[in-house]
Amino acid sequence: MKKILALLLSLTLVFSLVACGDKETETDDPAVFNWNIGADPKTLDPSLNGASDGGDVINNTFEGLVREFNGEVLPGIAESWEFSPDGKTITFHLRESKWSNGDPLTAHDFVYGWKHGMDPLSESEYSWLWEYTNVVGSFEAVNGESLDDVGIEATDDHTFVVQLKQPTDYFVSLTAFYHFMPLHKDSVEAVADGMWAKTPEHAVSNGPYMLTSYELGQGLTLEKNTNYWNADNVHIDTIDAKFIDEESTAYAAFQNGDLDYIPDVPPSEITRLIAEDEQYYVFPLLGTYYYSFNLDRELWQNDDLRKAFVLAIDREAIVEAVGGIATPATGVVPPGFTDHEGRDFYETAGAFGIETDDSQFDEARELLATAGYPNGEGFPTDLVLIYNTRDDHKLIAETVQQMWKENLGIEIEIQNMEWAVFQGTRKAGDFDISRGGWLTDYMDPSGMLSLFTSNNDYNDPNFYNDEYDQLMEDSMKATDKAVHFEKLYAAQEVFMEVLPIVPVYHYADDMYVKNYVKDWGRSVLGSVDFSRARIEK
Amino acid sequence: MRNYYIKRIISTILTLLLVATITFILMRSIPGGPFTREKFIPDEIIRILEEKYNLNDPPLKQYFDYMKGLVTFDLGPSFSLIGFKVEEMIASGFPLSAKIGGMASLLIIIVGIPVGIISALKQNRPIDYFVMFTATILVTVPSFVIATLIIYFFALRWGILPTFGNTAPLWYIGPVIALSGYSLSFVARLTRSSMLEVLRQDYVRTARANGLSEFKVIGKHALKNALIPVVTYIGPMVAAILTGSFVIEKIFALPGIGRYFVDSVGNRDYTVIMGMTVFYAAFYIVMVFIVDIIYSLIDPRIKIDG
Repeated sequence: MKKILALLLSLTLVFSLVACGDKETETDDPAVFNWNIGADPKTLDPSLNGASDGGDVINNTFEGLVREFNGEVLPGIAESWEFSPDGKTITFHLRESKWSNGDPLTAHDFVYGWKHGMDPLSESEYSWLWEYTNVVGSFEAVNGESLDDVGIEATDDHTFVVQLKQPTDYFVSLTAFYHFMPLHKDSVEAVADGMWAKTPEHAVSNGPYMLTSYELGQGLTLEKNTNYWNADNVHIDTIDAKFIDEESTAYAAFQNGDLDYIPDVPPSEITRLIAEDEQYYVFPLLGTYYYSFNLDRELWQNDDLRKAFVLAIDREAIVEAVGGIATPATGVVPPGFTDHEGRDFYETAGAFGIETDDSQFDEARELLATAGYPNGEGFPTDLVLIYNTRDDHKLIAETVQQMWKENLGIEIEIQNMEWAVFQGTRKAGDFDISRGGWLTDYMDPSGMLSLFTSNNDYNDPNFYNDEYDQLMEDSMKATDKAVHFEKLYAAQEVFMEVLPIVPVYHYADDMYVKNYVKDWGRSVLGSVDFSRARIEK
Repeated sequence: MRNYYIKRIISTILTLLLVATITFILMRSIPGGPFTREKFIPDEIIRILEEKYNLNDPPLKQYFDYMKGLVTFDLGPSFSLIGFKVEEMIASGFPLSAKIGGMASLLIIIVGIPVGIISALKQNRPIDYFVMFTATILVTVPSFVIATLIIYFFALRWGILPTFGNTAPLWYIGPVIALSGYSLSFVARLTRSSMLEVLRQDYVRTARANGLSEFKVIGKHALKNALIPVVTYIGPMVAAILTGSFVIEKIFALPGIGRYFVDSVGNRDYTVIMGMTVFYAAFYIVMVFIVDIIYSLIDPRIKIDG
């Protein structure tokens, strides 16, 4: 009897197991994507965020008037838009869409979201961006003027009108950027300091995914937002995101299959990955790494001297030393901007007579002699190059120091400073040569070139040139695209004739993503996009 | 006895006030502020931020306001993690740091002390050489190297341990070993040398001469005295280990509090620097106090009296 009972029991057990197994294969496994964001984002509130990690999340939880996917500007919440004849008014026609909690999304939500970002009381660290949007009254509002005078308006629930001070070619693409999202007023006001965006019950968003959990320092979860207007084309059900800021740990987890996407790899792996692994991607970033001469110092008033310093470094060797994914720089504007004729601005502008390799060292020595320091004789020996403490900055500074010593016979000191100290020292102009770097936030070369206008806060070389300022002003005021770009080309010519900086390289970005993840995207400004991504294991 | 405790509590409070004051002064005297960014924040917003964090008050008022908050366990809002208060950050990260630190401390005590004793008893024998050789290596190899090796071999190459994620019990092995490596070796060496010294004492010889079993001689008489220096070391060590390690937390992607220490200085996150320092100092003082009590328990010659 006992035996039969035991047999019966084991049989039921086997059957129940089989049944369970069947059940699992019948229902589709939810598609889970394991993403490493990197650091824990400081905020996930689009109007407050200023960092790429937060931007990556927002790009997947929100959607602006347009969505930029791999450089292509696609209709987002706005189905269509049109410009007034003078180019100063843009009317966006919004589609019927909903927030993740089911509330209808209207043009008023855009007005609220944008003004929330401008309002100094929101304490948005990124609100300086409004200066470059040319939206009437926006930068004035950032600086304490009335929000009522800002040129944005919801003329009805589905029409959003923007007034610009001057025609701004890049404006529409800019509205894809995380600072220009609509916001759900009740949610934003529910919790102070942008914490609503990290609190699942208040994190109402309008993009492909919505936040369902957040653990400080650990990770967050995004679930597909079924109320997203384009939800039919969202194929991932759950994004399990981690905050692992140690590259080698994330790399090991990726190799192990615990992560499907990581934003960086350890620098020592780059060369091998470029050669061997098709899952490793490199993208140009819209930015430039350079050294500024302090033109306020009399020493640097000498044109030949500056040029000698610029020509005496081997940019290809430097790029190689830091991993080999960056582009050696011969100017200010990096690759990736398209001009009025559809050409790449960087290509068209040329190299200003600067070679990227080691072929101009003789010329550099001649220039140094003409400048009055043959073989470096008589050159001050107490010159200091400053940079902010970081391994790669140190490596580059040491390489450049060595190159100047070998090729010009000039010895300079290099000195590192902690970031906050460095920033203050550089702004105060208390340096001989200083590291500089800039990544632009909008799709126009003026984002780079405007750094060096006389009144710009970031004009570290203290370059004051009337002709340059005039060209930049003309380009910004130009109503004609061709004029805009011609002035920008001319401005860069003027700048590179003077050479207030040593261009080193144009930044590049990398990512490592499993080959079974398909159709992921990336904006030109570097935010990842999983709105259409699929997992095909 | 009671007088002693009262004295001790008063000195603890004074020490904490002193620590907070010195940190406050040092912090404000380093250049750079909490709002230094790659891209400058508009002046109007800096003004509002400074008002919000009371940075535009006279320093003395800021100091007294902070101290007032400290007394009521209000450590203020973080400058760099918007929307979080320092006490919330501690509450969120400390349990994990303490859990891993606690396991590491246990491992150090359970393994380190016996190994040291065995090594002392078998002085100049192969087992002693082996223990001392291993201990010397572990003392010199930094924890981040141990951590990286653990991840590389155990997680990546052999797939025995997970690379990150503190959900599986197995996962604790890596951080605990990496965290305890140095102190474990140190405790083993310390126990060994202190034991050797005690074993040469007259009373040990007397005990042996009286015919006590070796177990009694070591366990009852020698060990007590040999442990005094070890306990001295372990007290502050536990405080340091339980409050988290920047390196270990970074490498194993742990959401503990160790990393706030380092990050907050770079970010000039004034409230977090203050909060973490005071928290650590308080913890340290408590541990030293516990050490004092343990002293009196294991060695009656050391008395706690007022």
